[in-house]
Amino acid sequence: MASSVDRTKGTYVMLSGNHAVSNAVRLSRVQVVSAYPITPQTPIVEKISEFVSSGELKARFIPAESEHSVLAAVSGASSVGARTFTATSRQGLMYMEEVVHWIGRGMLPMVMAVVDALIGAPPDNWTEQDSSLYQRDTGWMIFYCETNQEVFDTIIQAFRITEKMSVPVMVCLDGSYLSHTSEPVLVPDIALVDKYLPGRKDAIVADPKKPHRLFGPAMSQEFNAKLRRRTHEALETAAEFRKTADREFESIFGRSYDDIECYKTEDAETIVVAMSTVAGTSRFVVDRLRESGQKVGLVKVRMFRPFPGNRLVEALKNAKKVAVIDRNLSYGHGGILCMELKASLYNEKKRPTVFGYVAGICGVPITPELIMQIIADTNAKETPEEELIWMGIGKSEKVKAV
Amino acid sequence: MIEIRFHGRGGQGAVVACDILALALLKEHQYAQASSLFGAERRGAPVQAFLRTDPDRVLIRGEIFKPDHIVILDPTLIKNVPVTAGLKPGGWIVMNSASRPKASDFPPGSKIAFCDAGAIAAKHGLGSPQSPIVNTAILGGLIKVIKLVSLDSLANAIREIVPGRKEENVAAAKGAYESIQIAAS
Repeated sequence: MASSVDRTKGTYVMLSGNHAVSNAVRLSRVQVVSAYPITPQTPIVEKISEFVSSGELKARFIPAESEHSVLAAVSGASSVGARTFTATSRQGLMYMEEVVHWIGRGMLPMVMAVVDALIGAPPDNWTEQDSSLYQRDTGWMIFYCETNQEVFDTIIQAFRITEKMSVPVMVCLDGSYLSHTSEPVLVPDIALVDKYLPGRKDAIVADPKKPHRLFGPAMSQEFNAKLRRRTHEALETAAEFRKTADREFESIFGRSYDDIECYKTEDAETIVVAMSTVAGTSRFVVDRLRESGQKVGLVKVRMFRPFPGNRLVEALKNAKKVAVIDRNLSYGHGGILCMELKASLYNEKKRPTVFGYVAGICGVPITPELIMQIIADTNAKETPEEELIWMGIGKSEKVKAV
Repeated sequence: MIEIRFHGRGGQGAVVACDILALALLKEHQYAQASSLFGAERRGAPVQAFLRTDPDRVLIRGEIFKPDHIVILDPTLIKNVPVTAGLKPGGWIVMNSASRPKASDFPPGSKIAFCDAGAIAAKHGLGSPQSPIVNTAILGGLIKVIKLVSLDSLANAIREIVPGRKEENVAAAKGAYESIQIAAS
């Protein structure tokens, strides 16, 4: 592996996903960080506080009394033009929720890392993506990462996008499988990151010496509605700029990422659609099944907001069947990625049959064997027998009235 | 790809052992991935940690259900935890044990190596005599049996990762490297 490394571009370091975030924040020269500890995110902000304490990162670190205050503090810092960051997980994100909307709808630039783990009840730390997918209606851009290198790179790209487009960005990483797993990450020289991140050049920032109103009550309905449309369209524009930001990133760092990634899909009859580390395991399975001649491919969804619906329609148009693996659940409906994908496909004349699998919630392992079972199930059936297919936890015991 | 599963108790350093071994592999230009069965790392409680390595990148993550080799940091675990579950045929069991392990405690045909990592760690003042931190010692024994990395790479990784008593930890690894014995093969 190391033989192919361009040492002039950086050094390989063993990093957990959490510490990949901390180091990306350090190299991005973030100016204000506020945080409240919550497992499995805590190592991110612990490490950042060490960087601030040692002087490796010249930033204000504000330990707040709650997650709600954390997000209020960083939104203030962002309003006055500072490069700002925070991280959270689970119940912490739930506690932030009101301010998440303020920031998203108010289009304040900032980056937040969300380490995905389950929302109570029950109060546990296992991986699932309910808490971050629940943010899909808040006006934030949302990315899911497959490896710690991707986590590291996406944080740096997120600062470029958020500061250019004034859209807040959430970078999500799976608890345990990324947050607490160490693997080699190529950490670049800080001079390269400086070259990539020129700094904020906002037209308007809050300044006590030059007071003006950013938002206030008693604006007309239509004016507010137009602001809403701006927030929506800003996400679309940010997605366009993301491509430019990625080209710039590639020219400096030599790595590139897309909204979605098609892996061995060209002649694939069955395509797995997955996000985060589930895409990594699916990639492994696709390689194995290709060796035995099966026409299987993978589409990885990296950007969830704005939703790359048109890209997905294009990527899946020649497949006969699609197996969506959701490590999340919208109670009373189904897997969230599957629902959104189906909505994008609906008006297409030619569209694949979509099988929706919910697997791996509450940290149940999504093993290569489980993904092989999913693909075998999709291949064996003409159409799905149920809208939501549970995998990996046995048969259901139907709930009875109390 | 080689997969190694570590069994220990919270406080013995199984998770850090995986981090050290992964760093030593990186120093030898191998891809490595270190993780643990997350959420259960209480002092004294059974702990599992996982190491995967390959010349190329490793795509799969999480628990190792079919390990190539097993490392046991606490010999009392073999009565309570299915430590050998899924072990591939021909795989090594490398364990910390003051006495020669009984082959009858393991599946027939198991390959077993052991060293008194507890005594070695205690001799070098790692942890307390009652609960020594055996992780660096057992790694020395492991790399003698399964030639994953050189003792030099291991020593450098230990120096980089352990927060204190760096040379004592290196000495413990060397002690186990020199004293590991084969109980069955």
